[in-house]
Amino acid sequence: MIGLIVNPVAGIGGPAGLAGSDGTDVQRRAGERGARPRAAERAATALAVVASARPDERIVTAAGPMGADAVRAAGLEPIVVWHPRTPTSPSDTTAAARALADVGVELLLFAGGDGTARDVAAGLPPTAVALGIPAGVKMYSPVFAIGPSAAGALAAAWLDERGLPTVEREVLDVDEAQLRRARVEPRLYATVRVPYRAGRTQARKAATPADERAAVRLAARGAVARMRPGVRYLLGPGGTMADVARELGVEATPLGVDVVLDGRVLVAGASEQELLDEIGRGPAQAVVSIIGGQGFLLGRGNQQLSARVVEALGDDPLLVVAPEQKLIDLEGRPLLVDTGDASVDARLAGFVRVVTGPSTISIYPVHAPENEGAADHAA
Amino acid sequence: MSLPIAPKPAHRRFHQARWDEPVIFELSTPGERGVLVTSIEPGVRDAVGDVVAALPDGLARQAAPALPEMGQMRVLKHYLRLSQENLGADFNVDVGQGTCTMKYAPKVNERLIATPKLSAMHPLQDPADAQGALEIIWRTERMLAEISGMDEVSLHTQGGSAAIWANIAMIRAYHEANGDGEQRREVITTIFSHPSNAAAAKAAGYDVITLHPDADGYPDLAALKRALSPRTAAIMVTNPEDTGIYNPAIREWVDAAHAVGALASYDQANANGILGITRARDAGFDVCHFNVHKTFGTPHGSGGPGTGANAVSAALAPFLPGPRVVREGDRYEVREAGPQSIGAIGPFHGVVPNIVRAYAWMMALGAEGLRAVAETAVLNNNYLMKRILEIPGASAPYATGRRRIEQVRYSWQELFEETGITSEEIGIRASDFGMHYWTSHHPYVVPQPFTLEPTESYSKAELDEYADVLAEIAREARETPEVVRTAPHHQTVHHTHHDDLDDPERWAVTWRAYRRKYPQAVGA
Repeated sequence: MIGLIVNPVAGIGGPAGLAGSDGTDVQRRAGERGARPRAAERAATALAVVASARPDERIVTAAGPMGADAVRAAGLEPIVVWHPRTPTSPSDTTAAARALADVGVELLLFAGGDGTARDVAAGLPPTAVALGIPAGVKMYSPVFAIGPSAAGALAAAWLDERGLPTVEREVLDVDEAQLRRARVEPRLYATVRVPYRAGRTQARKAATPADERAAVRLAARGAVARMRPGVRYLLGPGGTMADVARELGVEATPLGVDVVLDGRVLVAGASEQELLDEIGRGPAQAVVSIIGGQGFLLGRGNQQLSARVVEALGDDPLLVVAPEQKLIDLEGRPLLVDTGDASVDARLAGFVRVVTGPSTISIYPVHAPENEGAADHAA
Repeated sequence: MSLPIAPKPAHRRFHQARWDEPVIFELSTPGERGVLVTSIEPGVRDAVGDVVAALPDGLARQAAPALPEMGQMRVLKHYLRLSQENLGADFNVDVGQGTCTMKYAPKVNERLIATPKLSAMHPLQDPADAQGALEIIWRTERMLAEISGMDEVSLHTQGGSAAIWANIAMIRAYHEANGDGEQRREVITTIFSHPSNAAAAKAAGYDVITLHPDADGYPDLAALKRALSPRTAAIMVTNPEDTGIYNPAIREWVDAAHAVGALASYDQANANGILGITRARDAGFDVCHFNVHKTFGTPHGSGGPGTGANAVSAALAPFLPGPRVVREGDRYEVREAGPQSIGAIGPFHGVVPNIVRAYAWMMALGAEGLRAVAETAVLNNNYLMKRILEIPGASAPYATGRRRIEQVRYSWQELFEETGITSEEIGIRASDFGMHYWTSHHPYVVPQPFTLEPTESYSKAELDEYADVLAEIAREARETPEVVRTAPHHQTVHHTHHDDLDDPERWAVTWRAYRRKYPQAVGA
């Protein structure tokens, strides 16, 4: 059973040059400039792919512009389980996600951008599986399919194959007010499970595991094998770090930085000052992964690992851990660091060793762009 | 009056035969038989004695094997029917096999290896009775030494991963012999090299360091220099890569490795485009291998056994796998592997029929012919690349706009983003036009990949036909995507559920396992 949520105003600010669509004021101004929302149309494009494979499929959704209209536009039958207020607000998205999860939707498609992804994630239980139909202005979160038709093809495959493998992906968002001042500061808000379709030819004869979750586990195992007793490890946020924590046998703070020493958590969800205090007590190293799709090592989602912290860590500040596929998905773009201190960033630039598994390492270039440059890379 | 000529169809209307053919065991009829085996002549029986009694008890069957009982005609029909239920290696344009180098293996060479002088040979036969075969092995090794520029060659391994394993095993033996074994614990490879290089190094106990390409898509010399250290045992690289990109700084790569005391190992699985043009030795390599079963015109591994040639510098020669054929005056002898050799990796002398095919292929072409093979393969590839890149939705990532050697790893990513149709779905649809579908793109670094390698074997007309088919399928992906998504339509087996093959809980690789896992399917 597939569900659909459409953020009716997603993407309205993009064509109007407003760098996002958050807030009623921006939406009104976009409307005045002749902008049309495009999320419903893109959701219908995705569902048309489902419809051509399964013309009798019924889609669980919210009423009117939040889903049912798009379902009908694709020639499918909606089952409406949520009625939003008019005009809709972000809390409608969250409530609709919760309502759809409650009736047992196995895959939730949502059309929108990063803001929509945040609102959807807020309403979902941790086991839920969701996939974004890209329709927003900002899409930093690697939870979106590559295009509407691709999202539809994944959903059709989900129905055909009674589920697909899933992977944990980050939900990120930037403050639009800052973005409009040309500053990109994405924050990590949540993680959600998204369906993942390994190329079926990929699963054979591969040096890397076919299953991305297994690949993450192997990378985590490789990192743990390199850890030494008596060293304080600052575990960054994210799904890969959760696997590192699991391998260490400790509980991780999903969105925070934890300090671990000899298999014990010393500080959970540490602040910058707490990190500096711990580094002062003995040898320490930060363990970080790569934000999928955009390649940030430092400065996005893990701002606690600040320039001061990196400097205090000394000559070998970072243990970088990620499955090889995360590097490949960057399609040749470098990893990025942005601690806010140009001299620290410059020192980190060059090449970094990325632990990809037990006894496997990749060497990958790191750049230290200005904030504007970072926006180019992330876009 | 001239005969009417039908217009050439735009695309072949291929359709596989379908026979609903049972498994051969289900065709068995008790009492039916093929031939009566003649009884042993008295003279032979007296000379040989009771051979069954000579078998150890543990090797003798307790009961006759439960082979199907069938007449010869029924056996022949069974296998002819099965042979019609697939694409057939000699029927289709298989440039889409990519990276697996399918090329024409001359039929006349099959007659050479069918001679009883070869087919009835025993690998442990007295070398005095096998001088011709041993001479062919020896001469083939010398020709491959000439082609690679290396000093010594062993045809002992079976190519592919077995040959790559021999490369790293020799490197490990070399460092251990020099007392460097403890110190040199790392092997460097690139993300575009064949994954077997990383896998073999890892299996040999090394830590593997993988390099990613530079901003232009070429192997990154700066990253290599960063990775090299006194801990480095070797670099193991494929050149040209399966992207078709040739590393223009390969000599600097090898020199940089040598500067820290590491060895350089060259995966020449893609040698089709460099024969007679570049040599491993001229780039400074210490060891390289050829896949004889691909580059030198013998059937591909999946269609027959593979054969590898490991070529080394004089410093590595003592470590070559064996046994080896050596020439003593005008006689050829078989010598067991020496004390420093990594020993046997395959059985006996390697796959002798393949060696004979390769020998015949090289002798027929001569030195100039080998170079013509490479030049034609490169020309065919670049012609096909131009045709493919004219198809909207197809691209060739990395080193965009640059020429390639003998193959290209393309991408359908743009078409996928637009239509949701995957590369695999397009490949399978190609089989409906009688074209080979693609299956291998490792390592998986290009999204929605397809790798085409036309070799020297295909005519311009066939390359055009192949490109036309792909253009047609790209059009279908936009206009009638369901036709592509639900392909194949013209095969005996239609859309299959591949995930079963990746799930050990569900796959069944033997009939016995199938019956155990799916009793309801076989009525057990």
